Amino acid sequence: MAMKKVTDFLKKVFSGFFKNKKDIKLGFYGPPNAGKTSLANRICKDFTGEEIGSVSKVPHETRNVQFKEKVEISYKGKSMTFKMIDTPGIATRVDYEDFLKYKVNKKEAKARAKEATQGIIESIKWLDDMDIVVIVLDATENPYNQVNMTIIGNLVAREIPVLIVANKSDLRKASTKKIEEAFPEYKVVGMSAKYGKNLDEFYEEVFKLSKKSK
Amino acid sequence: MGKKNDLKQHKIKGFSIRFIPYSEIKYLTSTERIKKILDIIFQNYIIILQGRLRSEEETRLIEDTMAMIGHVKSFKGIELAVIGTEERMGTIDKWKNKIVMSLAGGDLGAVTIIGPASIVKEIKRDPKKIELMLNK
Repeated sequence: MAMKKVTDFLKKVFSGFFKNKKDIKLGFYGPPNAGKTSLANRICKDFTGEEIGSVSKVPHETRNVQFKEKVEISYKGKSMTFKMIDTPGIATRVDYEDFLKYKVNKKEAKARAKEATQGIIESIKWLDDMDIVVIVLDATENPYNQVNMTIIGNLVAREIPVLIVANKSDLRKASTKKIEEAFPEYKVVGMSAKYGKNLDEFYEEVFKLSKKSK
Repeated sequence: MGKKNDLKQHKIKGFSIRFIPYSEIKYLTSTERIKKILDIIFQNYIIILQGRLRSEEETRLIEDTMAMIGHVKSFKGIELAVIGTEERMGTIDKWKNKIVMSLAGGDLGAVTIIGPASIVKEIKRDPKKIELMLNK
C-alpha cells in the first residue's frame, strides 16, 4: 500500500516534469470593425505565411470564431507558441438595414445579420477558454462603449490577463491617450495593424502577458 | 409650408421610461433578472436601473438579446450603458467602495440605462455623463 503511494507520487512528479506545456490560447476580442482580424492576420502572416480570415469594411465580416494553431512567435531571441483565436465583434444591436448601406442586397443583409447574432453568442461562449486576451479597439472611436467595459469586466472576473490595442493609430482622428484614460489599469499599445506600425511593442507586451496566464 | 416641414422633421416620437429600483431585482436569480429586463424592453420602454448587473449578467443579457433578434418582431437589439461609482476613484476609495457594495448587495450608486435599439439610436458616454440619442 505504502509502496503504491510512493510510485503514484513519483509518477505524478515525473509526468509534470515531462508534460509538454500546451500552446497559449490568445484571443482577439472587441467591437465590430476594430481590426481584430487585421491584427491576427498580420501576426499569422508574419510567422506562418498564412492569414486567419478575410477583412472588409462591412461590419461583422467575421461571423465565426476562427483559429490558427501552432503560431510560433519569435521576438528578440525568445519564442512562444500560440493558438490564435479570432472572434466575431461583440455588439448589443444587429440591424440588417445597416448592411444595406454597403450595397449588400436585402436577402444577403438578413442572412448576414442572422449569422452576426450567432457569432456574437459564440464569441461570448469562448471567453472561458482563453489564456490571454487582446482587446482590439478602434482608436478613432469613443472608448467608453459599454461592450468594451463588459468584455473587460468578464475577463477580470475570470482572471484572464488583458492587453488593450488602440488600433488604427495611423488615422488622424485616432487617440491612444483617450483609450489609456478610459482604461488606466491596463497596458494600452497604440498601433496600426494595417501598416504593421508598433508591432515590436505589441509582441513585447504579449510575451509579458503570457507569463501571467494560469 | 417650409416651416411646417421643418416642424415635421424635428418631431420626436413618444417614448416611455421605466425606473427599476435595485430592491426589485436584488433577490432575483440571473435568469430572472435578464428575463425581467427583456420583457420590459420588448414593451418598448427605456429602463433606468438603480445599480448594475454583474459582469456575467451583462454578457448573458447580450447573448439573450442576440438570440431574440429575428424571433421578436422588429427587435434589433438594445443599447446599454452603465455609470458606475468606481470611475475616477483612487485605489483606497475603490476598496472602501467594494466593502460598501458587498454589504449593500450591489453597486447601488451605479445607474444602468437599457433601451430598445428601435427607440435608442445611441447612448453616448463619457466618464461623467450619458447622452441618450433617440431615433427620429
